[in-house]
Amino acid sequence: MASPESTINGPTKADSKSLRNAFGGVIAFIILVLIGVLAFSIRLFSVIKYESVIHEFDPYFNYRVTQFLSKNGIYDFWNWFDDRTWYPLGRVIGGTVYPGLTLTAGTIWKVVNSLNIPLSVETVCVFTAPIFSAFASWAAYLLTKEVKGPGAGLTAAALLAMVPSYISRSVAGSYDNEAVAIFALVFTFYLYIKTLNTGSLFYATLNALAYFYMVCSWGGYTFIINLIPMHVLLCIVTGRYSSRLYIAYAPLVVLGTLLAALVPVVGFNAVLTSEHFASFLVFIIIHVVALAYYIKGILSPKMFKVAVTLVVSVGLAVCCAVIAILIAVVASSPTKGWSGRSLTLLDPTYASKYIPIIASVSEHQPPTWPSYFMDINVLAFLVPAGIIACFMPLSDSSSFVILYIVTSVYFSGVMVRLMLVLAPAACILSGIALSEAFNVLTRSIKFQLPGIAGNSTVASEESGSSSVVAPSDVSKTEKTEEVAKEKPVKKNRKKEKENVEKKPTPSKTERRLLVLPLEASVIAVLLLVLLGAFYVVHCVWAAAEAYSAPSIVLTSQSNDGGLHVFDDFREAYSWLSHNTDVDDKVASWWDYGYQTTAMANRTVLVDNNTWNNTHIATVGTAMSSPEKQAWEIFHSLDVKYVLVVFGGLVGYPSDDINKFLWMVRIGGGEFPHIKEPDYLRDGQYRIDAQATPTMLNCLMYKLSYFRFVETDGKGFDRVRRTEIGKKHFKLTHFEEVFTTHHWMVRIYKLKPPRNRIRGKTKKSKSSRSVSSKRDVKGKRNPWH
Amino acid sequence: MEASLRAQRTAALLIFAFLSLLAVSSSAAQEIQILNAERRIDLSSQIAIVFLTLKVENTGKAAASEVLLSFPPTEADHLAEVKAQAASGKKRKKTHVPLDVKPTDVPDAPKGAKCFRIALLNPLSPGETSTIEVLYMLTHSMEPFPAEISQSEPQLVYYRDSAYILSPYRIKQQTTFIKTPSTNVLSFSRVEPTNRAGMELKYGPYEDRPAYSFSPVLVHFENNNPFAVVEELVREVEISHWGNLQITEHYTLAHGGAKLKGVFSRVDYQSRPGASGVSSFKNLLARLPPRVHSVYYRDEIGNISSSRLRTDSRKSELEIEPRYPLFGGWKSTFVIGYGLPLEDFLFESTDGKRYLNFTFGCPLSGTVVDKLTVKVVLPEGSKDPSAVVPFPVEQHMETKYSYLDVVGRPVLVLEKKNVVPEHNTLFQVYYSFNPVFMLAEPLMLVSTVFFLFAACVAYLHIDVSIRKR
Repeated sequence: MASPESTINGPTKADSKSLRNAFGGVIAFIILVLIGVLAFSIRLFSVIKYESVIHEFDPYFNYRVTQFLSKNGIYDFWNWFDDRTWYPLGRVIGGTVYPGLTLTAGTIWKVVNSLNIPLSVETVCVFTAPIFSAFASWAAYLLTKEVKGPGAGLTAAALLAMVPSYISRSVAGSYDNEAVAIFALVFTFYLYIKTLNTGSLFYATLNALAYFYMVCSWGGYTFIINLIPMHVLLCIVTGRYSSRLYIAYAPLVVLGTLLAALVPVVGFNAVLTSEHFASFLVFIIIHVVALAYYIKGILSPKMFKVAVTLVVSVGLAVCCAVIAILIAVVASSPTKGWSGRSLTLLDPTYASKYIPIIASVSEHQPPTWPSYFMDINVLAFLVPAGIIACFMPLSDSSSFVILYIVTSVYFSGVMVRLMLVLAPAACILSGIALSEAFNVLTRSIKFQLPGIAGNSTVASEESGSSSVVAPSDVSKTEKTEEVAKEKPVKKNRKKEKENVEKKPTPSKTERRLLVLPLEASVIAVLLLVLLGAFYVVHCVWAAAEAYSAPSIVLTSQSNDGGLHVFDDFREAYSWLSHNTDVDDKVASWWDYGYQTTAMANRTVLVDNNTWNNTHIATVGTAMSSPEKQAWEIFHSLDVKYVLVVFGGLVGYPSDDINKFLWMVRIGGGEFPHIKEPDYLRDGQYRIDAQATPTMLNCLMYKLSYFRFVETDGKGFDRVRRTEIGKKHFKLTHFEEVFTTHHWMVRIYKLKPPRNRIRGKTKKSKSSRSVSSKRDVKGKRNPWH
Repeated sequence: MEASLRAQRTAALLIFAFLSLLAVSSSAAQEIQILNAERRIDLSSQIAIVFLTLKVENTGKAAASEVLLSFPPTEADHLAEVKAQAASGKKRKKTHVPLDVKPTDVPDAPKGAKCFRIALLNPLSPGETSTIEVLYMLTHSMEPFPAEISQSEPQLVYYRDSAYILSPYRIKQQTTFIKTPSTNVLSFSRVEPTNRAGMELKYGPYEDRPAYSFSPVLVHFENNNPFAVVEELVREVEISHWGNLQITEHYTLAHGGAKLKGVFSRVDYQSRPGASGVSSFKNLLARLPPRVHSVYYRDEIGNISSSRLRTDSRKSELEIEPRYPLFGGWKSTFVIGYGLPLEDFLFESTDGKRYLNFTFGCPLSGTVVDKLTVKVVLPEGSKDPSAVVPFPVEQHMETKYSYLDVVGRPVLVLEKKNVVPEHNTLFQVYYSFNPVFMLAEPLMLVSTVFFLFAACVAYLHIDVSIRKR
């Protein structure tokens, strides 16, 4: 658009204009680079405050897979059957993992090492997330630029670079799928919008490739493959069908589905599961519509009407038949073709009713209101303004952004972790809102300041006329700044968009009317800057304090101001890896499965990939059974060591005793002899003297509190803030082999089975049963 | 099993002793005799340090230029270091001159015995006497018995030796003192006269023993000193001519003492530190050179937060704690890395070559290293590396590729088994290097960036479209 303008204007003006454009480009480029640096460096708090280490649970699995990939190559990776987890079942890693993240990091590692830069796999993994968050903010720039121009794009990119919700998943060391998936998500959307705006098949192909990358990276790709069809449908319904829409959509479905089916973990699910049906349905619809438009073009209106009635009657019948078949097929599967997690999204109460294992994960809970403020902060207030700005005027691309924000707000309301999908949408819309607001306000200031530098004759002419208009505006909008800001925005947008198409001379007369009073705009600008500053402060605080802890190392401020480090997890894993046999099996609750395999290199029964509910229930049952039964269960699974996490000594709240009810619930779901009420006294979960005997005799209690009373003489649990119920007891089938410095991890070894003494079996059995009876009596007496 | 093994070994020793008695006649050809021998064996750490003072007399006709030492086969495998010095003068005015010690083969020595040849400064003329002091160290010579102990038990070890000094010469008079770390000596063999007083056992004096006489003795005593054994240590010394010397040390640490039997109870360990786990150790001290910087201490799963660094102008001390206290049989691995200013260690020799002057052994005090590998990574483009090490080591060359290398850096690898703190001596690596090579990598980077920009400019100015717009 710049070129026709420059031809109309004189040669000197054209020069200055193109020079200004060039400068604008350079400045935008520099700003983008700085945004990338910001996005990268704000995520380094964890490295500076703690160390360069992989965080939490899932990243350890990804790290382990990446190590395998870098060591054995891609083909072994696809064929990898992991026998060190889910013993004795094992797990086919190559076919059950989203490979995008590991392939990305593996590629980076390979490239870097081929340049003889000796970075370890761990370093590459730690810094993958910050690098990709820089990419994501650039992608946000591109997307927003397509929707509302470069100003909004830069604002959105800057906002996304430091939005706390995204930081929480992409700090250095948080090596998880989401880290690259958000980039892939935003970039796919950008390419979709770009195709929609240009109608270029080139971008459509790129779009399919970006979608492929997204499918590789994260299960959240279903969001794309549902959102884009929704948008296409919206466009068709609102009469915005165009050939550009067709080009943006049809290749994506065809190529995208073919490519998605190449990813082993998706495979035929790309055409079989209900998550993908919407896209195929819309694919059919868009063809029908395209056909209709085509026929409409070649037929006379009369003939067209006839054709429509004919086609509609036949088409309806065919559609009904197809839909009936589809419904029958879908209904025949128990979950209606939806996966558990997707169903949880559609029906938020589904998981808590049927799948305790999904409900037990804290990040699958619905978020609270404060978490919105914590995670997207002031964006929550700017988003409505952004939505309004998108309606003025409503284009294909802005309607897409609106649809994106609306759906992601819903999803984030269902699960905390999907707040991550909301974050880019919120940033884009807030970027639009802020940029539009600044646009209006600074323009009003510019037109009213007579002596401003750079304003030539045109500006001085304007100032005279604008001063005439200004009083009327003041009288209209003498309300709060917010209203004053938003209302004119609404009016201005539509006109301004038209302005762009028209030549500059007539637009100036109209612009004069859009001016706000000087004082109000100055104050509004200051307030907006303040708002932005508040956002930045909050983001830096969140990055530094709230989201940088790696969770395998804990620190606390000691009394003398020093830092006390609790490194018990790694102490235990390191002990396991050096002092147990390499093929020993370690049983623990599934939370610690990934870490045990990655850090201790020992075989585990269950891990964080919760694919086999029965197996997890078995471990849960063992943990909630009395010692002997638990020993039998573990022994039948070849377990040699049992690992429990215990926070009672130092007050670490997320330990196994606090998670114990989930073990009971999940165990009870499969093995009905474990009943939750047995572990609760009057519906209350407690471990003090009021606790039920079942609770006090279960394995988890015993392993956690074995010889705990000897530490302080009373057995005071600092997490539950109470003295424990049963203080002195002995273990008969387990022996303590290792306890970490702060007692946070305790490892027990199963005693070998007792030798059978010929002829004595009967006697010993009877005597044992007597003693056990006595035990029960002895236990019950004190509390009844 | 244990007992039978021991019996076997004792039998073997007896046979050996018998054989050695037979061999006496043949060794009479050596016309040297030892007038007085005093041996002091210090067993207070995990390394047996033996201090031997020999008064040698030449009884033959010709002058003798060397004196032989011999060690029984059980000791020969554990021998870490043998040093000898000639002492002259009396009492306070003693002067010591180090002597050259070389392993050698003596044809008439008993089977399996290992001999060393001490070259005297001045040949010993007939009838003359001279005093030689020998220091040697034995690693892994104390065998824990019982081999497995529980957390609350002290660690008991066996030490085997001979009451008589194994020597190719007749010894007129000899005495052996064995110093134990505590007064708790459970048992000891008696070869009269044998005395025990406090922490010291005295064997002898024995008069006039023929050559290669041997009489096995066994001492069973308490030794709770940390048996910190570094099973493998790889030290990488990387020279950067930009002013830094980067050291990376990969340790595989083990507790070489009696294995822990059964449970490890943290309650006992924390509440009764004196009575529980006495033979375990939880921290180690690394003595690093002064002016050390950017020290790190980590293992394969991340930083180990329990370490403390103290620096002053003469030395740096790094106190490290492995992730968990080490009990018998437990292992741990970790990496220590640090940087040093290059000017403290790299010098230019008179012939224009450069040489690195650095310590060889393990900086952890009181440890035994079973296998030590020192890799000296020279800068890219350096030539003719050669090492000067005061004791025999295996050497070979490797190539390492590091930051942006094209031809790779030459690496001089030095390997030595059975290293004790005594080996912490300086060694030198000489090489020639042209300073122009220092600029290779910066120039490479600069040119890459330059070509990148040039390519950008070219791309922006060339219209590659087929159709003119």
